[in-house]
Amino acid sequence: MTPAKKAKLHLNRGNALDRLKMMIRIRRFEEKCAELYTQEKIRGFLHLYVGEEAIATGVMPALNTDDAVVATYREHGHALARGLPMNAVMAEMYGKHEGCSRGRGGSMHLFHEPTRFYGGNAIVGGGLPIAVGLALADKMLGHQRVTACFFGEGAAAEGEFHESLNLAALWKLPVLFICENNLYAMGTALARSESETDIHTKAASYKLPSESIDGMNVVNVEAAARRAVAAIRADQGPYFLEYRTYRFRAHSMFDAQLYRGADETKEWEAKGPIVRFRDWAVTAGLIHAADVEAIEQEVSGEIAKAVAFAEAGTWEPVRELTRDVIAGGKL
Amino acid sequence: MTELSYRDAVRQALIDALNADERVFLMGEDVGSYGGCYAVSKGLLEEFGPERIRDTPLSESGFTGAGIGAALGGLRPIVEIMTVNFSLLALDQIMNNAATIRHMSGGQFNVPLVIRMATGAGRQLAAQHSHSLEGWYAHIPGIKVLAPATIDDAYGMLGAALADPDPVLIFENVMLYNRAGTRSDTTVDITSAAVRRAGKDITLITYGGSLWKTLEAAEVLASEGIDAEVIDLRVLRPLDDATILGSVANTRRAVIIDEGWRSGSLAAEISARIMESVFWELDAPVGRVCTAEVPIPYPKHLEDAALPQVPGIVAAAKATFGTTK
Ligand SMILES: Cc1ncc(C[n+]2csc(CCOP(=O)(O)OP(=O)(O)O)c2C)c(N)n1
Repeated sequence: MTPAKKAKLHLNRGNALDRLKMMIRIRRFEEKCAELYTQEKIRGFLHLYVGEEAIATGVMPALNTDDAVVATYREHGHALARGLPMNAVMAEMYGKHEGCSRGRGGSMHLFHEPTRFYGGNAIVGGGLPIAVGLALADKMLGHQRVTACFFGEGAAAEGEFHESLNLAALWKLPVLFICENNLYAMGTALARSESETDIHTKAASYKLPSESIDGMNVVNVEAAARRAVAAIRADQGPYFLEYRTYRFRAHSMFDAQLYRGADETKEWEAKGPIVRFRDWAVTAGLIHAADVEAIEQEVSGEIAKAVAFAEAGTWEPVRELTRDVIAGGKL
Repeated sequence: MTELSYRDAVRQALIDALNADERVFLMGEDVGSYGGCYAVSKGLLEEFGPERIRDTPLSESGFTGAGIGAALGGLRPIVEIMTVNFSLLALDQIMNNAATIRHMSGGQFNVPLVIRMATGAGRQLAAQHSHSLEGWYAHIPGIKVLAPATIDDAYGMLGAALADPDPVLIFENVMLYNRAGTRSDTTVDITSAAVRRAGKDITLITYGGSLWKTLEAAEVLASEGIDAEVIDLRVLRPLDDATILGSVANTRRAVIIDEGWRSGSLAAEISARIMESVFWELDAPVGRVCTAEVPIPYPKHLEDAALPQVPGIVAAAKATFGTTK
């Protein structure tokens, strides 16, 4: 694709089907993970992206294959949308040797060198400085690449958020900062944690171009991401996108959700990214009901294969425990 | 004597402290409306209100520093940090401010601050949520470091820490929260180690989550004719040298069980003190069972393999007897 073409979103039947399919893939994958969690196949912390799929789905097509992605512990959607093979992601969820991080990371630490997917970071705010550094390397080495960094609005309270925005703006680094504002950091509602709840204005105060966008609408998400990436590539400075969204499920599998009512969740579910885009695309005549059925079937087949792959996977031998702590192996 | 969990014991200690002293308040991420990430503070917001059960933004350095300031300003804050890994974002405040101000100000100011945090592995939370860094904190002069392993200590150490004029860090091992037991009404100190099992053949020295594994190992050893004494350090800084050295001088053998990494560990420190003071009493080199020197991995079999476990403790204890026993 030419740069100019890549910068604009041309919605046709083909990419409408692609976006819908990606969102459904992420949704069904995670529903399966929740089920596997109750069966104790998946352990530890499991943070679901259900409700927020439009963001990863809309942003990734704006990136090139040689761009980099930095994500959080809520990153299954980002990994799948970035093109990590579902088999390797599911095996990682199980902790199997065949997983994308050799099984050592699990749900929160998906890594994948071929797609430049730099993790799965479970320290809130921890990914932002890394993204700044990746972009600094690109700039100093003369690579024309972008680093996309995803994080929740909770990260805006951390010092690393502010330090990173300032560094990126000061040094004019090609970072796309993507704040997924789902209104809650665990049980803490945004208004209970920020004096200025309009996150994107914080970025503006560091002189980053910044926008706040409806993150439940995949078309808007993608259009904004393409606009931002084009701007970054044009003048090699950072850009900040705040996507307003909502997490439909608990923070993790340990959360009793004492801090919000079921009504609020229901309200958001009604304007969820999948139903909304599906109904719009059907009404617009871009896709048909039969297409949706076909996607569901295809996705369910892919997930069944991924589960079978993970089940058939092996456990890394214990003698390999100290492998890769540092190069070479001597500790 | 009532049956309760370790979690309940900490919660009861918080309630009693909040009731006993107006100056006490709790602050940290999700301590209020979420109920605490390990549910320790569940229900406290309703009872004490948002001024004293204070939810903070994700700003570990900021609110820990604010705790230091509030302590300087006349309050008795209890800062909760979700997990020791996240405390690294507040390490600057703990190390450069809390631990230094008394000395650096020539004794004019002191910081009566309590910081509680969860520590340890065993829940398959992988390499950014599972470490045991209390040994690092025990390196720092100017603070006290506690590791309650029993219900009595989970309850009693908080009050004792609040009564202390200096910063006190309390490490709650995540594997202990659900542990049930009874609470006696003995008051606890925060100065001494405790002998949890008396024995004459070898001293097993441990703390926190490893205490229970060590006691189990002691039973295995007993069944094989080795009578182990088990010491629960309780206080990681300052160490209770007298109890440790007295026991080792008596049993003439020691193994230290420490969930921290081996290099530069608390286990290394204790081993050095034993060698410095009771070397001539020893019948065997001091042994150590520590966590493998890797970031804690996610899958259960690797996590288990990385941590001190009963068979490893038994083997290390037996090794001090060479082939004779
Ligand atoms: C430094 C740090 N502090 C605390 C936590 C515990 N924690 C994990 S996720 C989370 C909430 C983060 O909220 P947000 O950034 O809005 O992202 P979301 O989970 O909503 O996607 C908290 C408090 C952590 N992982 N890292």
